Amino acid sequence: METLTLLALSFDALLNLSLLYLAWILLNCEDLLKAIVLFVAFGLLMALAWVRLDAPDVALAEAAIGAGLTGALLLTALAKLRVIETNKGTTQQLKQDSENFQTLHYMTPLALLLVAIGLGYVVFSMPPISAGLSNDVATNMGNSGVSHSVTAVLLNFRGYDTLLEMFVLLVSLLGVWSFGSTTSQHETTPGPVLDTLTRRLVPVLILVAAYLLWVGAHAPGGAFQAGSVLAAAGVLLLLMGWRPGGYLSTLPFRLILVAGPGLFAITAALLYLLKGQLLAFPVEYAGIIIFALETTATLSIAVILAALFLSEPPHSDKEHI
Amino acid sequence: MYFYALIGVGLFSVGLYALINYAHLLRKILALNVMGSGIFLILIALAKRTGETQPDVVPHAMVITGIVVAVSATALALTLMLKLAAETGRAELSEKDRD
Repeated sequence: METLTLLALSFDALLNLSLLYLAWILLNCEDLLKAIVLFVAFGLLMALAWVRLDAPDVALAEAAIGAGLTGALLLTALAKLRVIETNKGTTQQLKQDSENFQTLHYMTPLALLLVAIGLGYVVFSMPPISAGLSNDVATNMGNSGVSHSVTAVLLNFRGYDTLLEMFVLLVSLLGVWSFGSTTSQHETTPGPVLDTLTRRLVPVLILVAAYLLWVGAHAPGGAFQAGSVLAAAGVLLLLMGWRPGGYLSTLPFRLILVAGPGLFAITAALLYLLKGQLLAFPVEYAGIIIFALETTATLSIAVILAALFLSEPPHSDKEHI
Repeated sequence: MYFYALIGVGLFSVGLYALINYAHLLRKILALNVMGSGIFLILIALAKRTGETQPDVVPHAMVITGIVVAVSATALALTLMLKLAAETGRAELSEKDRD
């Protein structure tokens, strides 16, 4: 037992120090491509940290979104930026980025050190034992309709957080679309390796997403994790060169985009009219309502995240008629 | 688990430093993401103070929401950066634009 605790402690120390070291290196290295690759590695280490802190749900979300999807978004943006720079002939100017170091006022590191010390003091001045809301969650679990506490909090106890979050996703996609496309992308033919990999992986990813969605009711998993895994399948297809056209850019596509937030908002409005309280699920139907909300949310999250990756608005309907 | 919370403070500070220090917008976006990770780490580490084996799950749910919001904000910020670069040729905010 003694050696096990010692091993766990040294693992924690190693993990923590590598997290801080990676963050420092990735933020201060000259090469932006290297910085992004290090950021993906940082995300994976963060996922390990979540597991160590008994937060497997957060670990799943971090591994799929924080490391995977954000990394893909950053790499695509960097590639597009390089194209823009080459077209504009401004590559040389950006090399001076590291010279901006000297413009820093000497007081800034001092002020930042004070911020860090202040925050550290606040963390240490917290009471060592505080139940938080865990007792409330435990007493109300029976009325939630699911047996996994994180899903109960996300979809039932604090359902309006998730409701608003769905709209944040939708609004950010509308924001991205409103800028129009930055570079035109056409269908491309993938190399044999990517082609085979995608054909094998996409069905597996769809299956994993369905499993995560189903298992979310009683174990780590749920709509966000399932949605992001499904979005990863979409990103793979987009990387392979597939471009949604035709019926995918018309009404059915837009309906899937708004299905998740829409159903959530309608449920909230109906329950408010019937019971006078926003998102107060009746106990006997809570399980079914949560499952329906999670399923549509998964589809919407997946399509919104994949569309954010593509980042160009769908062609107008007229072009395809 | 104060160690993890302390590293969260460290990540936040390192991110804030890079956010102020570098002009390149892609670095600023990376810095904001690192700062976010630091805040998430503080929240989850402090959720373990229940005195039992099961941590408080409300911060867990908040952090999952936060991760999804962070990725959508990152996507929007990257699009803004690309549009700025397409207009000015540089992914930076120049000094004279600030007033």
